[in-house]
Amino acid sequence: MKALLLRDIRLAVRAGGGFGLGLAFFLIVVVLVPFGVGPDSGLLAVIAPGILWLGALLSCLLSLDRIFALDWEDGSLDLLATAPLPMEALVSLKALAHWLTTGVPLVLASPLFALLLSLPVEGYLPLVISLALGTPALSVIGTFGAALTVGLKRGGLLLSLLVLPLYVPTLIFGAEVARRGAEGLDTGVPLAMLAGITFGAIALLPFASAAVLRVNLR
Amino acid sequence: MELNVTGLSVARGGIPVLEGLDFTLHAGEALILRGPNGVGKTTVLRTVAGLQPPLAGTVGLEREAMAYAGHADGIKTTLTVRENLEFWAEIFATGRIDAALAAFDLVGLSDRAAGALSAGQKRRLGLARMVVTGRPVWVLDEPTVSLDASAVALFAAAVRTHLAGGGMALMATHIDLGLAEARILDVAPYRAKAPAHDDFDGSFL
Amino acid sequence: MASLWEYANPKKFIQTTDRLLPWLSVLAAITLVIGLIWGFFFTPDDFRQGSTVKIIYLHVPSALMAINAWLMMLVASLVWIVRRHHVSALAARAAAPVGAVMTVIALATGAIWGQPMWGTWWAWDPRLTSFLILFLFYLGYIALWAAIENDDTAADLTSVLCLVGSVFALLSRYAVNFWNQGLHQGASLSLDKEKNVADVFYHPLLFCIAGFVLLFVALVFLRTQTEIRARRMRALLARERLG
Repeated sequence: MKALLLRDIRLAVRAGGGFGLGLAFFLIVVVLVPFGVGPDSGLLAVIAPGILWLGALLSCLLSLDRIFALDWEDGSLDLLATAPLPMEALVSLKALAHWLTTGVPLVLASPLFALLLSLPVEGYLPLVISLALGTPALSVIGTFGAALTVGLKRGGLLLSLLVLPLYVPTLIFGAEVARRGAEGLDTGVPLAMLAGITFGAIALLPFASAAVLRVNLR
Repeated sequence: MELNVTGLSVARGGIPVLEGLDFTLHAGEALILRGPNGVGKTTVLRTVAGLQPPLAGTVGLEREAMAYAGHADGIKTTLTVRENLEFWAEIFATGRIDAALAAFDLVGLSDRAAGALSAGQKRRLGLARMVVTGRPVWVLDEPTVSLDASAVALFAAAVRTHLAGGGMALMATHIDLGLAEARILDVAPYRAKAPAHDDFDGSFL
Repeated sequence: MASLWEYANPKKFIQTTDRLLPWLSVLAAITLVIGLIWGFFFTPDDFRQGSTVKIIYLHVPSALMAINAWLMMLVASLVWIVRRHHVSALAARAAAPVGAVMTVIALATGAIWGQPMWGTWWAWDPRLTSFLILFLFYLGYIALWAAIENDDTAADLTSVLCLVGSVFALLSRYAVNFWNQGLHQGASLSLDKEKNVADVFYHPLLFCIAGFVLLFVALVFLRTQTEIRARRMRALLARERLG
């Protein structure tokens, strides 16, 4: 189990693994927003939580198709399926590796990017907490989408179409935590809902992902 | 231990391709499947390896007994030869890769990135993985593609060692491996026939 | 007594629906014509909403069918997963575009109604937003069916997507409610509350709803037949290629 996780992280970090691409994409989104809406820092402060959440979500989406596609192309996925490792564990580990290489860097970088969008001081902690709590759900849901589209040529666009509607609840509650935090309001309820979605997704979705992966391999 | 395949029917893309396949492999035996392209050899191998369900019939052994090597080698080009093998050794919880490296003459290449290997060397690495799995039944699909004569000999020797240790091998190949003891099964006679009368039932065929 | 599952045989399904379809279509047409004419021409204008209220005869039934079509797909998907009846999977496939069109009708008539009533074509109201999200789910479902060549694989994958999608659609509904309280009036019809539509409007509405249900059933039957035949054709062609 550990071997798979370490391999996936190693592959992501080595040359050509795409590590850091998501982060760079996040930065570009954040940089482009003021060009679109104007440099008024008051306006930017208002929309900052939403933009940061949206940016994180899109960066996550960018790397989803790599979760299974590379292993599928070179045949590793067939071999992993015959390995003494339940398919559910396989997809969970894949999601964890995706989160560690994509979600965690986004969470860590978000305060820096918040600075660029003049997020109010009291908004930093809720932003980081909401992203730390929400990005695992993005990875787990994304892994389901990746498992659905693994055998398809040109699956990337379809993957986005399938995954984005599934991201709606996570985005709503996550961005709500960040927004309320920035406005100095109580964040308890959306935070609890966000945690519920994340833990629910972690607990249940791997079964669906494993089922569709099995179908795609046969 | 024996692999007892009885009445196996397999489908590709929802269409039955082979039916009523029976064979038995005892410990230390090898079986080579022969037949024209597209007859369904790969499908049989994938079914035996547990990657897809049979249409009918049974494969007498658990999926946990099988090690499968298909057309793709499952090699990560950015990892070294040693890292590639060590990964599979850890996944299959066997831990030792030296024998596998030696069997396929990869010792000198062990620290090279797998992406820098030639096609034949990659294939050897892919086959070395079978040794690393420690599984009794090797299921091999065209194992000798892009191997030169000396590498084929290495492979045949590795299979022989495996059989001598009580293992089994089931493979689809067209070339002569020099494995005189291997039995040969022509699957062409098992080709699925279209149903005589067209009853258009639940399975559409 | 014949088991219900007998109709899961494609041939039996086509034979049965062939007999039912003309009746269903005629009945759907009659009910719809009665409901719509009654609703549009023989009901008084509402004292607050004027004649704009009459769009209710398209809006409410289409919105109901948009949700019920998804529910039907969910049930059909479950049947496919549990019992593996091909007709069930194909019926789910056949219902999806109909459901998507119903969603579009509900959204469009809602916009046309919203313009005079709320002064805007579109508002990020929870109910409107939920329907937009539902539409996205339909699109994803249809796209996944279209993208996969192998029919059984496609049926399996879309069934799981339908299941997971249903959970997330429900979650989205609550999330959206939480996110914005909204302009939309309460439900026009509900089982547990007092009626909030007066009888004069209510009776023709029932006709329209019945008409939409019949229309939906007829369309799904027809489209399922088409899917079965297309599936059969692909199977025959594939067999021919194999020789």
